[in-house]
Amino acid sequence: MQSKEAKRKKFQIGNFTVYIVLVIVFIFFSIILRDRGFLSGGNLLNVLRQTAMVSVMSVAGVFVLGAGQIDLTVGSTAAMSAMLVSLILQATNSIILAVIAGIAFGVVVGIINGLLVTKLALPAFLATLGMMQVVRGAAMWITNTAAVPITNNTYNQIFGTGYIGPVSVLILWTIVFYIVGYIVFHRTPFGRYTLATGGNEQAASYSGIKVKKIKMYVFIISGALSAFAGIMYAGRMQAGRYSFGDGDEMSVIAAVVLGGAAMSGGTGSIIGALAGAILMGIISNGLVLAGLSSAQQKLINGAIIIFAVALSNLVKRKKQK
Amino acid sequence: MEGINKSFGSARVLKDVHFDLDHAEVHALVGGNGAGKSTLMKIMTGVYTLDTGKIFINGEEVAIHQPLDAKNKGIGMIFQEMSLVQTLTVYENIFLGSEITRGGLRDIKEMRRKTREVLEKLGIDIDPDTVVSDLSVGMTQMVEIAKAVSKDARILIFDEPTAALSDSETKRLFQMIRQLKEQGISMVYISHRMNEILEIADRITILKDGENVLTEEIKNMTLDKIVSGMMGGTSGQGHRFEWVERTYDENAPDLLTVEHLKVNNKIDDISFSLKPGEILGFAGLMGSGRTEIMETLFGLRKKEGGRVLMEGKEINVSDSREAVKKGFALIPEDRRKKGLVLIHTIKHNATLPILSSLTKGRIFNDEKKANKVVNENMERLNVKAEGINQTIGLLSGGNQQKIVIAKWINSNPKVMMLDEPTAGVDIGAKGEIINIVRKFADEGHGVLFVSSELTEMMAICDRIITIFDGKFTGEMKRRDIQSEEELQNAIQRS
Repeated sequence: MQSKEAKRKKFQIGNFTVYIVLVIVFIFFSIILRDRGFLSGGNLLNVLRQTAMVSVMSVAGVFVLGAGQIDLTVGSTAAMSAMLVSLILQATNSIILAVIAGIAFGVVVGIINGLLVTKLALPAFLATLGMMQVVRGAAMWITNTAAVPITNNTYNQIFGTGYIGPVSVLILWTIVFYIVGYIVFHRTPFGRYTLATGGNEQAASYSGIKVKKIKMYVFIISGALSAFAGIMYAGRMQAGRYSFGDGDEMSVIAAVVLGGAAMSGGTGSIIGALAGAILMGIISNGLVLAGLSSAQQKLINGAIIIFAVALSNLVKRKKQK
Repeated sequence: MEGINKSFGSARVLKDVHFDLDHAEVHALVGGNGAGKSTLMKIMTGVYTLDTGKIFINGEEVAIHQPLDAKNKGIGMIFQEMSLVQTLTVYENIFLGSEITRGGLRDIKEMRRKTREVLEKLGIDIDPDTVVSDLSVGMTQMVEIAKAVSKDARILIFDEPTAALSDSETKRLFQMIRQLKEQGISMVYISHRMNEILEIADRITILKDGENVLTEEIKNMTLDKIVSGMMGGTSGQGHRFEWVERTYDENAPDLLTVEHLKVNNKIDDISFSLKPGEILGFAGLMGSGRTEIMETLFGLRKKEGGRVLMEGKEINVSDSREAVKKGFALIPEDRRKKGLVLIHTIKHNATLPILSSLTKGRIFNDEKKANKVVNENMERLNVKAEGINQTIGLLSGGNQQKIVIAKWINSNPKVMMLDEPTAGVDIGAKGEIINIVRKFADEGHGVLFVSSELTEMMAICDRIITIFDGKFTGEMKRRDIQSEEELQNAIQRS
């Protein structure tokens, strides 16, 4: 009994519902879309490529929700970071400078979010709701909403359009972030501190954990990773646009929650979040291939998210009894 | 109330208890923890239903099956934890659930007017539009009383009403109680503060182990008589813990020295010292400052004056992380709120304070080492669970508490502070916890111990300091204390 449980805990994949839903959706699309190329290797890699940005932000999302926080700035941070990167590339053509500036911007947004939450005691929802607008506004303002093309091909190759064999660099970046994220979240004290902070802030504090510091770090991770997602957006589209990442904050929360995290904090799984992000990618891909209009896609997408989360809640409640 | 019996499982909590309340009387109900006072009152207010027995109001037998029944019979309870909605105004709270409406809409004017009427009658000077969270603790309690009175309560039950009040607020409350008495309202007054009972009550009933000890006019009672009534005789359930005289070097240099500790208005000039291997108890009433001393040493409260020395060196602890580093551990009063992350596993809770030392290359969690530590904990402390990966919220109180203690034994502190470690723990686990603490002290660690159950204090402490309203009132060596009564008397002394 005990050894079996220990084994299951060895590789932390979180709540298994998301994998079941993923398999069901996959089989369903494989059958009804078999004539439209859903199952082709190219299409499946395409799904992973398209979801890469949301996947990367979801790594941070696991930390944020795990600590009992929420971060709505991720989408606009990605957009602003993409704008900064493309402007700096245009001016200096220095990839290193551009990437550093982009990530630094994300870190700054994370620090501001963290300070608003820990020092001014604003609820994370409100603090990041405000910051989301501020950052998106800045991204629009900086070029008066004009797109900034990126002509540096090396940059585009490294961060967006390149391939190694048949695999897009976007997918490789995703894999890197998931490996690092998994280790930090599930294999270091920091990951446990994050979950303890979200699970019971007072108990964590009574255990000698600096919960405010943990919250700061979590927002900084989120800012940095969304900035990196912005770098990927810019590389993939070979331009900076203020509209990048619009609505990504919701996709990230959905992916992380589908992956077994609770909105109330204290739980979460990195691999689960990846499965959640891929699940949503497959759904939108399948709906496009099925020839649905974007209005219909949105509608069904929302319904499936509700269904999946409801299902996993039901399973959880059953297990508790 | 006549011949009241109530059992929980196999435990008989009330045995043929009799309780009567006259018109316009303040009747004190006292007894040690587990004597059955709360259970009796919960039966009266419909929270529990009685097994056998009868309840009469004005000579008429009544059935109280649920809280609403009690409310309709005019029985109101003033809760220890206030039951008002903090974000609503005074009048909204008073009419919560019974709003006056006109044509389907709330009649705010009328509710305000009636609220003002009630408040005036009770001599409370508050604007009905004040939001409750803006009121002081004392005023909030007044509003609570007003709420009960506005529902035409004829019987009010006060449960430790002064625990959170200042002296002047207590005086106000007593004025109010006298006023209510003049208006013909009967009151049950539950408290551990005997001096207050002697001042305000007309009669007293003492319960012990679920049985009546006596009911007497207060004018025939003294502090000594009440205390001996609460303690006297042999224990019916035989759950006394034996005192074991422990040996430690009483002339060793201090492990911990605290001088003139002051914390805003809670702690005033407390000094004490602790030797290695010694168990020092703080005895006092609820709200006397026992918890605050521990929380201050643990860096959770800011000290305003005084010095703390660990092994002769002055230390300044500004947060809990610092406290842990300096060698403190705190087993907090509220295990579920402050001690544990209930949704996490036994293992994750037990290793939380020591994770940074359970690492490979100082970076990665060493799961094997953690498993070993926690498995040892479970064995040593005799924790009953399915395994170290069981969610801790599913364990019994005793087993949960053992994990909280394990968590801090693992951090190997110099001084362990335990605040009501046996609250909500079954009798078997209580004994085990006491032994765990003794053994921990035997290894040369210092222990600070707080419990409302004097039996436990008497069983475990080598020395006891008494505190009243944040002030030092005395110090006794355990071997010089003859009986629990003597300790109870010392606690009541201001």
